[in-house]
Amino acid sequence: MRIPVKAVGAATALLLSTPAFAGWEPTKPVEIVVAAGAGGASDQMARMMQAAIQKNNLMKQPMVVSLKGGASGAEALMYMKSSEGDPNKVLIAYSLIYMLPLSAKIPFNWRELTPVSVVALDQFVLWDNSAGPKTLKDFVAAAKAASAPFKMGGTGSKREDHVLTVFLEQKTGAKFSYLPYKSGGEAATQLVGNHTEANVNNPSENLEVWRAGQVRPLCVFDRERISYTTKVTDTQSWADIPTCKEEGVDVQYLMLRAMFLPGKVTPEQQAFYVDLFHKVTQTAEYKEYLEKQALKPIFLTGKDMVQFLEEDDALNKSLMTEAGFVAK
Amino acid sequence: MEALGLLLHGFAVLLTWKTLVLMMVGLVLGIFVGVLPGLGGPNGVAILLPLTFTMDPTSAIVMLSCIYWGALFGGAITSILFNIPGEAWSVATTFDGYPMAQQGRAAEALTAAFTSSFVGSLVAVLLITFLAPMISSFALKFGPPEFFAVYLLTFCSFVGLGREAKHKTVISMSLGLLLAGIGMDTVSGSLRMTFGSPELLRGINFLVAVIGLFGISEILLTMEERLALRGHAAGISLRVVLGVWKDLPKYWVTLLRSSFVGCWLGITPGGAIAASFMGYNLAKRFAKDPESFGKGRIEGVFAPETAAHASGTSALLPMLALGIPGSGTAAILLGGLMVWGLNPGPLLFVEHKDFVWGLIASMYLGNVVGLVLVLTTVPIFASILRVPFAAVAPMIVVSCAIGAYAIQNAMFDIWLMLGFGVVGYVFKKIGIPLAPFTLALVLGNRAEDAFRLSMIGSGGTLKVFWSNGLVGSITTLAILLLFWPVIDNLLARVGLTHGTRATSS
Repeated sequence: MRIPVKAVGAATALLLSTPAFAGWEPTKPVEIVVAAGAGGASDQMARMMQAAIQKNNLMKQPMVVSLKGGASGAEALMYMKSSEGDPNKVLIAYSLIYMLPLSAKIPFNWRELTPVSVVALDQFVLWDNSAGPKTLKDFVAAAKAASAPFKMGGTGSKREDHVLTVFLEQKTGAKFSYLPYKSGGEAATQLVGNHTEANVNNPSENLEVWRAGQVRPLCVFDRERISYTTKVTDTQSWADIPTCKEEGVDVQYLMLRAMFLPGKVTPEQQAFYVDLFHKVTQTAEYKEYLEKQALKPIFLTGKDMVQFLEEDDALNKSLMTEAGFVAK
Repeated sequence: MEALGLLLHGFAVLLTWKTLVLMMVGLVLGIFVGVLPGLGGPNGVAILLPLTFTMDPTSAIVMLSCIYWGALFGGAITSILFNIPGEAWSVATTFDGYPMAQQGRAAEALTAAFTSSFVGSLVAVLLITFLAPMISSFALKFGPPEFFAVYLLTFCSFVGLGREAKHKTVISMSLGLLLAGIGMDTVSGSLRMTFGSPELLRGINFLVAVIGLFGISEILLTMEERLALRGHAAGISLRVVLGVWKDLPKYWVTLLRSSFVGCWLGITPGGAIAASFMGYNLAKRFAKDPESFGKGRIEGVFAPETAAHASGTSALLPMLALGIPGSGTAAILLGGLMVWGLNPGPLLFVEHKDFVWGLIASMYLGNVVGLVLVLTTVPIFASILRVPFAAVAPMIVVSCAIGAYAIQNAMFDIWLMLGFGVVGYVFKKIGIPLAPFTLALVLGNRAEDAFRLSMIGSGGTLKVFWSNGLVGSITTLAILLLFWPVIDNLLARVGLTHGTRATSS
């Protein structure tokens, strides 16, 4: 009795999904590898994808989230590197793929993995406590006038938050004491508790404390404002936050969120995942998530993606070198 | 009282057959994952999380939190029967729980563990119910200096209050601190002591070490001494349970003290693991006959279990109110919440009342149902002891290996576990206590980070540890505890205390 039922189920599933990439399909549960701790932005995104795939029946095999945030995410990178030829593991990557090999001399190069697609770009915002200065100008003035160390919280050392802090120092002439925390969530609560003066968290990391009126966004590190105009707090939407350039400090940085397979997988296997994540970006869950977390929509794959990665890598490398974060 | 009304509302949301069934299923699954060493709460919840995606958020969180309660209860079982702590906070339960099992009082120990778990969680839930808004603002007061002060307090209380020879405690703790330094250093962003090995990148996992130090070394010792599990399952009946319960009021001071310590450390983000150790040490310190601890004293089970569960439960509060998970399992639950579109933070209590109070109500119900469930199954678990050692030992080793492997899916961790087994064996032989070692391994990194962040923030002056009332009093208390034996002795000399406690130190 069981075989026919299964066969019918499989047939319906096939009919429902696009048959274009019927060539290869995972035969084992697919592991989505997160290079950060539980509850962080990558983990949230992975779980959203897991739910979107499951609810919309985008794949027959289940997807499991596997947290490999050890050694500031280096664990995940080495894990992917050593999984050569295994098409059942997908990495959800961010700028650490460029920075970690430079700052900590991790023997890893993203070119050894198989690129699938860039699925979003993440913003950075300068935040201060809602009791602090109200504009970037006042903030910089306060930082310059401070006698005690003016504390900037962030995630990890010699990473995107730290780099941004260094560039903020260079452009404004203010001096910050950078406090590296283990996660963006920790950086957020430490700001609320007045243990730091500011942070450069991603929108998602400070969203809830912003809505609760405990922190204030001063400016966004992008050349244009965030596009989402739905009110997030009683009075403000993401689009109401000025860019740092508008406020007179020209510092820009966007962070990729991209999917990678291990090296040496077949083109059919790569094609399956390109198609899968393309479908994921079409789901209501994904769109809702992007808006809520103020992520910039983008979908790049194939040659476009590689070109993007090369340019992004060069940019990150120059920033890291300038900031003096490249290990000798 | 507003809280009471909201809580009743929570119960109304909860009391449907569907939720009650989910609750039972969650508890049974939880006990199961709790019993397997290494699998434990975080992994269990992580594996079962996708099951709940299709449920509504309230049902889903009820089921997940029941898995959590189940795992908390289950963790005590292996600690007592096999000296293998299933969770970090079960370590202190082994100190007296295992000797009790060896003396044939396994049922009594298990009953004591479950009952005190229940008491601890109950106190914590009451606290959450009535103090939620106040507690979240308290947790916000914790910056790096405050965190460091709490860790310092834990370390100092170990040295000052422990009955073991002080130098051995310090040796054990230092070795733990050394090993905790392996891997990525958050503050400088560079690797330490990895010697180019990709396996050492992620550092030494605490659970792998614990499984080896306690579980494997115990098997080695048993093999050496005699090929039998010491102790036979005693007659287990309602009488044993009632007997333990009858004695319960006698230990009200211990229960209360442990609940307090547990709640306090639980809402102090990241303090959950320290709670069980501290509860145990305090009970021992204030006992009239501290020498009887570690030899199978029921109070030695009550104290850490109450504290562990009070902290495990109250750890959910900073998670809900601030988005800071107090424990590994809380972190996974946090991920789950976000999938359902519930973002933990100060507004969760305002915007999702149904959910929050449903969850709090489920803590009450889950605990009551859980207690009944584990008590009725005590005979089954205790009967494991009647199985010949030759049959059980390989099973324990295999399940330890699976547990160690499952934490990070790494073969290397199995070798590490075996290595720690040998270390644990040697330590037991030469009388070096294992607990300070494990404590340092868990908290070493965080204490170091907190200290260095305090230094960066203060511009390098130690005065920051006395910069406000909160941090100042914790630091001072820590230093007092470190030198407690000396102080106690001095007080005795001037005749202020009877001084019996100090004679042996």
